[in-house]
Amino acid sequence: MAEKIISRGFKGRARETDRALRERVPPGQYETKEFPVLSAGPTPRTPLGRWDFSIYGEVAEDLKWTWDEFLKLPRETFKTDIHCVTKWSKLDTVWTGVSVDTLLAGVDLDAQPEVRHLVAFCDGGYTTNLPLADVRNGKAWVVYEYDGRPLAPEHGGPARLLVPHLYFWKSAKWVRGLKLVREDRPGFWETAGYHNYGDPWKEQRYAGD
Amino acid sequence: MARQLKWQLGTVVEIRQETPRAKSLILDLPGWTPHLAGQHVDVRLTAEDGYQAQRSYSIASPPEDKYLMLTVERIEGGEVSPYLVDELRVGDQVELRGPIGGYFVWDARDEQDGGSPLFLAAGGSGMAPLMAMLRHRANSGATVPTRLLYSSRSHEEIIYREELDRLSADDPSLRVIHTLTRRRPPDWAGYGRRIDLAMLADTAWKPAEKPLAFACGPTALVEAVADYLLELGYEPERIKTERFGPTGG
Repeated sequence: MAEKIISRGFKGRARETDRALRERVPPGQYETKEFPVLSAGPTPRTPLGRWDFSIYGEVAEDLKWTWDEFLKLPRETFKTDIHCVTKWSKLDTVWTGVSVDTLLAGVDLDAQPEVRHLVAFCDGGYTTNLPLADVRNGKAWVVYEYDGRPLAPEHGGPARLLVPHLYFWKSAKWVRGLKLVREDRPGFWETAGYHNYGDPWKEQRYAGD
Repeated sequence: MARQLKWQLGTVVEIRQETPRAKSLILDLPGWTPHLAGQHVDVRLTAEDGYQAQRSYSIASPPEDKYLMLTVERIEGGEVSPYLVDELRVGDQVELRGPIGGYFVWDARDEQDGGSPLFLAAGGSGMAPLMAMLRHRANSGATVPTRLLYSSRSHEEIIYREELDRLSADDPSLRVIHTLTRRRPPDWAGYGRRIDLAMLADTAWKPAEKPLAFACGPTALVEAVADYLLELGYEPERIKTERFGPTGG
């Protein structure tokens, strides 16, 4: 709608006066200090003794780590903002985990330029799709700590994908593997009306946005 | 590429006080794409200086209704819900787009899901999308055995109370079970605690009946219901959840 429809009597909350802070909240989002939980089904609880993480699909050889092996991989602790499609954003969240670059180090991606997509697979059956380029070069992690503590099951623990530059449904909870594929394959929410890519700065919430 | 969900203008035709903290807004939306019971909409408000706020609300009306109903619970200190509950008047216009969400839905005509016994668990205003399902079920003349377990703080905070009484009185295949967690009338004979395993064991369908479960409410309630239903033997993929957290709404 070109012309803005004013909601009679609506004032909204106090505007953030810090411009730098204000500019970190994408359009249509509001900042929350809480950490809401959203998922489509029950919280899966896989014992760590049975947990593993795989890189498979279009790779010469599948890569797999047990929980203990995963914890021995080089870890990074970093601070980032997250944006959920249900309108909340949370600033300066602190995570610890393994960069997807580290996980993909054993895959000769340059030798197969036609492989440009991946699907994240999770306990509980959830899937989400991403362009490979969006998880490389320091853009994505598999995290197992939030705010210095083990990641709680309802927030995706023991480990979740974290792709902070896209809406948070792309940061798949309870992730167990990344499957490299040639053709894009829309995942759970992407086939249920949500946007295929999900850039919060372009407000790509729903299919067609 | 899918067609974009456009912002539409809805006109408030009626406002219903459901409970001390919740109101239903009944909106006229010309050209609305029929929704499925369980779906939600995004509401957008614009202040005079151009500032905008968006929130999601479940649709409480069934697809068959002429008007769209949203039930909004006033969240203390919230930005959008106090406006919708306290300020909005009949005749005002609201921008919204939808319907959104293709998973937490129930369709009486669906060959698979339409025949499964339904178990619905709600907490507070999490009742809204489940109410859309019950209304849709009644409108379609569906007789699929259905049970609703609804947790409210007190008797006066039960949303749609009279309509739920009426629906279950008219329909032997529908049973509505309330639990009141904070205050109870002196003569209350129903449950008086938070939903727990024993309550679900008593009220939910047995897994052998291949039920389909929907749970909607605050995170703690939804997590508990989903965990306990798993414990009782429900298939994880037959438990659909939606959270209604007071997250600044």
